[in-house]
Amino acid sequence: MKLTKTFCTVLAVVGLIGFSNLSYAAGEAEELPDMSWEFEGPFGHYDKAALQRGLQVYRNVCSACHSLKRVRFRNLEALGYDESQIKAIAAEYTVTDGPNDEGEMFDRPARPSDAFPSPYANDKQAAYANNGAIPPDLSLITKARAGGATYTAALLHGYEDPPAEWAEKNQLLPGQYYNKYMAGHVIAMPPPLAEGQVAYEDGTETTVEQYSRDVAHFLNWAAEPELEERKRMGVKVFLFLLAFAGIMFAVKKRVWSDIKGK
Amino acid sequence: MASGPREKFDNNVIEWVDSRLPIFTMLQKEYGVFPTPKNFNYFWNFGAILMIMLGIMIITGITLAMHYTANANLAFDSVERIMRDVNYGWLLRYIHANGASFFFIAVYIHIFRGLYYGSYKQPRELLWMFGVTIFLLMMATAFMGYVLPWGQMSFWGAQVITSFFSAIPLVGEEITVWLRGGFSIDNATLTRFFALHYLMPFVIAAVVALHVWALHVTGSNNPLGIDVKTKQDTLPFNPYYTIKDSFGVLVFMLFYVGFVFFAPNVLGHADNYIPANPLVTPAHIVPEWYFLPFYAILRAFTFGVNLPILIGLAITAFAMKPFFSNKTKEEINLKTVGITFAIAGIFFLIGYFSQYQLESGETMILGGSFISAAFIDAKLCGVLAMFGSIAILFVLPFMDKHPVRSARFRPWFRIATLLLVLDFFVLMVCGAKPAEGFWVPLSQVAMLYYMGYFIIGIPFLSKFEPVLDLPDSIHQAVTQGKTKKSVKKKA
Amino acid sequence: MTDTPQKISDNDKKEEPTRRDFLYLTAASMGAVAVGSIAWPLVNQMSPAKDTLALATTEVDIAPVEVGQAITVMWRGAPVFIRHRTDEEIMKARSVKLADLRDPQTDEERVQKEKWLVMTGICTHLGCVPLGQKPSDPKGDYNGWFCPCHGSHYDTSGRIRKGPAPTNLVIPPYEFTGDTVVKIG
Repeated sequence: MKLTKTFCTVLAVVGLIGFSNLSYAAGEAEELPDMSWEFEGPFGHYDKAALQRGLQVYRNVCSACHSLKRVRFRNLEALGYDESQIKAIAAEYTVTDGPNDEGEMFDRPARPSDAFPSPYANDKQAAYANNGAIPPDLSLITKARAGGATYTAALLHGYEDPPAEWAEKNQLLPGQYYNKYMAGHVIAMPPPLAEGQVAYEDGTETTVEQYSRDVAHFLNWAAEPELEERKRMGVKVFLFLLAFAGIMFAVKKRVWSDIKGK
Repeated sequence: MASGPREKFDNNVIEWVDSRLPIFTMLQKEYGVFPTPKNFNYFWNFGAILMIMLGIMIITGITLAMHYTANANLAFDSVERIMRDVNYGWLLRYIHANGASFFFIAVYIHIFRGLYYGSYKQPRELLWMFGVTIFLLMMATAFMGYVLPWGQMSFWGAQVITSFFSAIPLVGEEITVWLRGGFSIDNATLTRFFALHYLMPFVIAAVVALHVWALHVTGSNNPLGIDVKTKQDTLPFNPYYTIKDSFGVLVFMLFYVGFVFFAPNVLGHADNYIPANPLVTPAHIVPEWYFLPFYAILRAFTFGVNLPILIGLAITAFAMKPFFSNKTKEEINLKTVGITFAIAGIFFLIGYFSQYQLESGETMILGGSFISAAFIDAKLCGVLAMFGSIAILFVLPFMDKHPVRSARFRPWFRIATLLLVLDFFVLMVCGAKPAEGFWVPLSQVAMLYYMGYFIIGIPFLSKFEPVLDLPDSIHQAVTQGKTKKSVKKKA
Repeated sequence: MTDTPQKISDNDKKEEPTRRDFLYLTAASMGAVAVGSIAWPLVNQMSPAKDTLALATTEVDIAPVEVGQAITVMWRGAPVFIRHRTDEEIMKARSVKLADLRDPQTDEERVQKEKWLVMTGICTHLGCVPLGQKPSDPKGDYNGWFCPCHGSHYDTSGRIRKGPAPTNLVIPPYEFTGDTVVKIG
């Protein structure tokens, strides 16, 4: 039918225009670069080596200011570490426990059941130490930013000198930096990564871009540790339902076969 | 209920129960042999789909409530614990969160079907009104559910929505404070929203029972919109529609699980993974996609009702009078009506532009502030229009007096209704955009069409749309293939 | 959803009954599989979550516990008593005749290292926490533990000697992972 067809076409066009940019960011920011990730797509999975390198970057660099409070040492099993390795990693950290029988808080080495300890005692201290900008917790960062891991990686190597055009109208205050991918371009985080800053043991190149990718990969795992299980289960469920719907369609045809005009 | 004479069941256990409580007799009557029009298309699957969705939401909701903590300091963490530590917690939460979206997808299609095929008309008015009630309850439930994870969008969404009530004259502030249980959104708000979010689905289930009861009194409408006449027109519900519904449910589930497993956060908002912070407002507060059209209607009111607009409204009411009277279409002078509308339109334009803000920030004043001053301000207008846009569905059955139900035999109504669907999507896009530039007038035009469709379009079509010849019976139409095109116009 | 329709079987009784039955059976069994696999997460979500399981074992450093002292640690939501027993307490525990005990058990059966008594601090009568951990607590007639709720007396091996409790205090699974580290659970 002509009308129906026209209607559907118009609807599709409106839908495409509307939904292609539904998520809109405040302030101008560069379009994100095209990156592909092993964990994308219905068969996506994490790359354990990348996760381990990302953890290394987080521990050596990010953790100076950013907490990762929803990730527990026991979760590192997903990165390919065994129990004794996890215990050893945990033991490198100190957590505050207590109160003990005397009512005092005390420090002890972390256990696998503990979360990564935060670099600051509270938000006020974090703000005070960072010119008022609180470094966000990173456990959910890839879910909490439009663009996910791509945005996270891009941001980490998106620092540059402000273009002349921009600098004419805007000014960076002390403690502010220009970042291509930040909404509004002004970011309070100093460029965190430098070439060769973290020594990789597996021979992967130690560029800023590689560090950014690895740590974004790791943070995506931190935000969505269930991703692999979810996608594996999803493929099974989808195929099952597809087959079930097919069978049900056959049953429906058969049941309806004796009805005239259908 | 079914307490009349009863046939015996062969199975002894069933017979024992049924002779004491004839539940199997009832099931057999309402879902076994229940005569159902034989010409349903796939739009009629959505009742069953919605039943399944309600069940899924209640079951996953109860399991989530076993782990969720309704406390402003703990809510976000408890949700993350569900995602990370509870067995299959991520699955249950994603099913529930995406379930809300798919529940609304199904309900919008279901409402469209009712509108398009005239299911709201006599004798199914009450059935329709129960349906609109369910829709309203769903919206309230969904809104309160979205607050529970206590992320940034939860918090600020609650802030914006509860602020609607502050638009009520005189007691608005008090009502808002009462709703929130404090002077801002806080723990008290969260705990009451949790209590109500847990309660409401069961209220919905009860209204669904009434909805289905009313359906089984009148019987289903069908794509032809004509009444069932003989047994030839119907089929027993089981197996024909139990099987067809099962198939429809499975296809719907395919889309649903696609989102649950492969894109679970696409329909949500990234900001809701940031814990609520009363000191930081997100750059762009948007409701969930299913509220966007109504949100756009709310925001379309950048203007209030001032003297010219009030006069325009009075003139419109006057122009509409003959449509609601007993006059036949010959007795109505369309020319007069048209001129009256044009005059009303001029007043609307004066009223609108007298409040229009120029780019310099000054108001475009035509004839001084006496004319431009709005005595119902924009905020209240927006809130009234938003609630009105749903409330108007309640009276729809009484505004549409056209004798034909299905849009298949109402070419004018059909175009108007398809345009309404398009309009709904335009509003949805407008609602997602910042209220600035081109999007403001677009949402105003779209809002006008939505309101005009119901207030002017439906009464007008009731009088003026020609009545076409309908097929004699469902059976005849189905066997002779006359289901799609209307026959000739009545001489 | 998938009940095999009765009406149909009458209609096509003649034509290819095997294919029809196969279809219906497949549909019905797939429905059963679907319901079963949906039910499992709903049931399993009530089992202990990963964070709870992570605390199912606990390691305790007992080096600071001096002879004659005791500490209480929480394990699976219940108190565990760890007592560094004196020679006198050990001697007392070992000199009792089995026949005198309500729940006969030798001290050797109850400890891995004779100096360390590790047991769950829950009275086997009605679940109160017995006293006797702190120096100031009443220790009962047998210088072990005394349950204040209904007056059960336990000896220096945690065995019931007097009062209503039916059995000795329970020994949890534990092992020494180092000279002074106990892993409970």
